[in-house]
Amino acid sequence: MKRKWRETGAGYLLMSPALFVLLLFIIGPIVFAIFLAFHKVQMLGTTTFEFVGLDNFQRIAHDTRAKIAIWNTLKYVVIVVPCQTILALVLAATLNAGLKGQKFFRIVYFLPTLTSSAVLTLIFMWMYNQNGLINHVLKVLGLPTYNWIGDPDVALNAIMIMNIWSTAPYFMVIYLAALQDIPDSLYEAAELDGANALQKFWYVTVPYLRPVTSFVVIMGLIGTFQLFDQSYIFSAGSGGPNNSTLTVVLLIYQYAFKTLGTMGYAAALAFVLALIILIATLLQRKFSKEESLY
Amino acid sequence: MKKRIGKTLLYVVLVAYAIITLIPFLWALSSSFKTLEEIVSGTISFIPKQFTLDNYKQIFIEQKMFPRWLLNSAIIAVTVTVLNLLFNSMAGYALARLQFPGKKSLFIIILAVLMIPAQVTMIPNYLILKQLGWLNSYQGMIVPTMINATFIFMMRQFFINFPKELEEAAELDGLSRLGIFFRIVLPLARPALAAQAIFVFMGSWNDFMRPLIILSDPQLFTLPLGLNSFKGQYISYWNYIMAASMVFTLPVLVIYAFFNRYFIKGISFTGGK
Repeated sequence: MKRKWRETGAGYLLMSPALFVLLLFIIGPIVFAIFLAFHKVQMLGTTTFEFVGLDNFQRIAHDTRAKIAIWNTLKYVVIVVPCQTILALVLAATLNAGLKGQKFFRIVYFLPTLTSSAVLTLIFMWMYNQNGLINHVLKVLGLPTYNWIGDPDVALNAIMIMNIWSTAPYFMVIYLAALQDIPDSLYEAAELDGANALQKFWYVTVPYLRPVTSFVVIMGLIGTFQLFDQSYIFSAGSGGPNNSTLTVVLLIYQYAFKTLGTMGYAAALAFVLALIILIATLLQRKFSKEESLY
Repeated sequence: MKKRIGKTLLYVVLVAYAIITLIPFLWALSSSFKTLEEIVSGTISFIPKQFTLDNYKQIFIEQKMFPRWLLNSAIIAVTVTVLNLLFNSMAGYALARLQFPGKKSLFIIILAVLMIPAQVTMIPNYLILKQLGWLNSYQGMIVPTMINATFIFMMRQFFINFPKELEEAAELDGLSRLGIFFRIVLPLARPALAAQAIFVFMGSWNDFMRPLIILSDPQLFTLPLGLNSFKGQYISYWNYIMAASMVFTLPVLVIYAFFNRYFIKGISFTGGK
């Protein structure tokens, strides 16, 4: 009996810091966020809350900027997730082919993942400059140049290119770990059947990696839906030029902290984003499960 | 013959991608040693025509805030890392080894928390910190991030697979549960702690959004935030901005060089099946 009490005491003692943060900064805020989403919040002097029912949610349907932000974010997710997944897989397969200098390449490839998004964004802004390195290279190659940062038609693409470049190596490492688990006998069997290198990749490697791919896609979805740092730094917080780099999270930030009286509305938008991420994740799961049935 | 062509092709892919990866860093590095004159002239050369350290001098000596931002970042990232290592392992150990009422529900809550995007808690967190008077403070940056559900989960998995015999022997020697944890188990968890340390440190060091919301006093800025305000101030001084970016990146590279093997392990651990 005494022993049991002691064990309970030790358990809660060891859990106490985690419990404290969990209650005060995670679970409490989730409940508070639900409350906020149904209220109009005024922050002048003392903070006041006025119940407005579903107004905040209805407002999203009439908000042009919200529609632009959702559209930009979806476009970004739909292009970036497949690109970075395929690039990660190709890089991992190449690195796993048993060539010399693998270690060196692995370290080099991993650099962008280590570097902070703030630094990467600044470096790319410097390269995207009108007279910058990227336009210079394009000119030398005889390709058209762009006003990467200032042209609303290309600004989001500029962020996409940068993020595919910086995120693919992270997923590459996950693929690399999984590739090492594929039994050699599978490749030997394929070889006996006369498969060439590409066929082996397509009929052995890719199907074997399906569970890992599912994981990579889900993590990619969650990450891309939350695009913020790059857009913020790129556009100095505005989402410009002409709202072309406005993402849902940037809009939530603006409504919560930059305009007065829209904090409750921002909380409602945050819930809509969480819901979109949840639906996308569930769809992906369902899709990949059905595929693995046959 | 065919095999050799294949191999050459693979090397071409590897080298080409290595170049694509390295160019932005090399370009930033070379720009940080160039004079403003050369920067604005728009000539493209990876080797500075007139090599200069003035940009680094400028950010460290003229820009008094820069060292302060570096210090803030270091204080916050190191404290957050140490606390995470301690608290995540404590919670992970309790969930793996101890029997107490409510354990199962706690574990389920921690798993559920993993799925909530940060944007949902961001606004209420701001209001709570404001209520506590913790906006613009170290504790406002540290306390909410001193545990991490992902790593509590990871530590639990680690301790579950940990051999029980050692603990039983220590118990026979009269050590209490807490004594066993702190003196026997924790020191043996070093590989798991190393991987965790790297990720927590990098997460804190590189974080942009949390400091942006919590800190408004430039004295308390962390580097990412300082860097961003630096950009606003020196909008066309890309030589300064690149020098500052390089200073910011160096500590992470050093840590990476030291802990390289844990990195890969840690990723396949957190990202694994």
